[in-house]
Amino acid sequence: MNIKHHLDEATLVSYAAGSMSQAMALVVACHLSMCTACRNRAHESEAIGGMLLDSLKPAPVGDDALAQVLACLDELPEAEAEALDASYKNTQSFSGKESQLNIVPSVPSPLSIYIGSSLDHIEWKRIVPGVHYHDLPFKTERGGVSRLLRIAPGKSMLPHSHDGNELTLILRGSFTDEVGRFTVGDIADLDNEIQHQPLVDSSEDCVCLIATDAPLKFSTLLGKIVQPMTGF
Amino acid sequence: MESKPPGEDVNNVVAMRQADAPKVWSDRLSDLAKTKDKALYIQLFQHFAPKVKAYIIRLGLVETTAEELMQETMLAVWRKAHLYNASKAAASTWIFTLARNQSIDWMRKQKYPEYSLESWHEEPDDQNDVCEQVVTSDRMAKVISHLPEDQAQVIYMSFYEGRSHSDISDRLGVPLGSVKSRIRLASGKIKMMWSDDV
Repeated sequence: MNIKHHLDEATLVSYAAGSMSQAMALVVACHLSMCTACRNRAHESEAIGGMLLDSLKPAPVGDDALAQVLACLDELPEAEAEALDASYKNTQSFSGKESQLNIVPSVPSPLSIYIGSSLDHIEWKRIVPGVHYHDLPFKTERGGVSRLLRIAPGKSMLPHSHDGNELTLILRGSFTDEVGRFTVGDIADLDNEIQHQPLVDSSEDCVCLIATDAPLKFSTLLGKIVQPMTGF
Repeated sequence: MESKPPGEDVNNVVAMRQADAPKVWSDRLSDLAKTKDKALYIQLFQHFAPKVKAYIIRLGLVETTAEELMQETMLAVWRKAHLYNASKAAASTWIFTLARNQSIDWMRKQKYPEYSLESWHEEPDDQNDVCEQVVTSDRMAKVISHLPEDQAQVIYMSFYEGRSHSDISDRLGVPLGSVKSRIRLASGKIKMMWSDDV
């Protein structure tokens, strides 16, 4: 996969620390499933967590903690081995040979938990002509959301800026904005310093996974009118 | 990755001084996956359980919850040991991610989106050495102490308090962009010091 737009270092650290909203973490996890380079960087950021864990002053554990845990060990199945192997094979298609052969991958595994393995069986709701969305079932924090957007060729997202961070991962098609051109696997990792208006330039609908950690600020009147409806 | 004859590991490892040898723990965890040896597990438990509990308390959870989540985390170590890959992460890093996920799942009552444990498996396109293997906790403390205070602070607030960028921005009264650039700078320096140390 030829990924050109990657995660910001600060975003990776936040993900590794576990200090990111569910909505944002989902988009990060999806990009990491598709991007070996960012996955390696994520390992490094998680290593900061490992080192910090190592350097913590130990807290006393319950006297019978070890005994209790040991008593549980034999009852535990070595669970998940098969399930994980299966999902491993799914994800392989993003980094393995298949993607080089240009077999279009379907859905990154962290997302498939919510929508299944295909982008073709999603129940879309229309916002305006050419723009559809599908909400993911996350409890939101601070007004942030996570949703799929499907935008028709030649259409654009409404121009907006952000109070917080916004992550956009391309799952199908492509778009261009003030930052550059984004194709499948690319992630636009933006914050409140950027105002942008993505324009879909692929011949098929562009499907992307978007998360924000605060409501967007639309810069046009139309945007302000549809905002209550779209949740962005 | 170094490879040693199987079996020899355990004996050597026990003879070594443990405190500053993360690799020892990584080897032990790898051996645990192969052998399911409870004696090994007990060593891992005694070393990591108190640190895991300390981490969970730092996240702001009460003692009894921390104890419970620590036990869950340590059970996950046993149950998921076969997914651990020493060439990807030190034992402390892997256990950190388990503790992080247990805590978040409990706090949010939803599962933290993981880029799935399969990524810890070896991949042919990915032969990077993980330099942290040789970095001791001593050195980490040094690395952190070398950071300017405002950079160390955002790292602590992220990892130990679980605060998002915007939360940190609110708390410190600095713009979101500044929080992010501090984190970038800190992370860059930590990673650079690791590679210098190797």
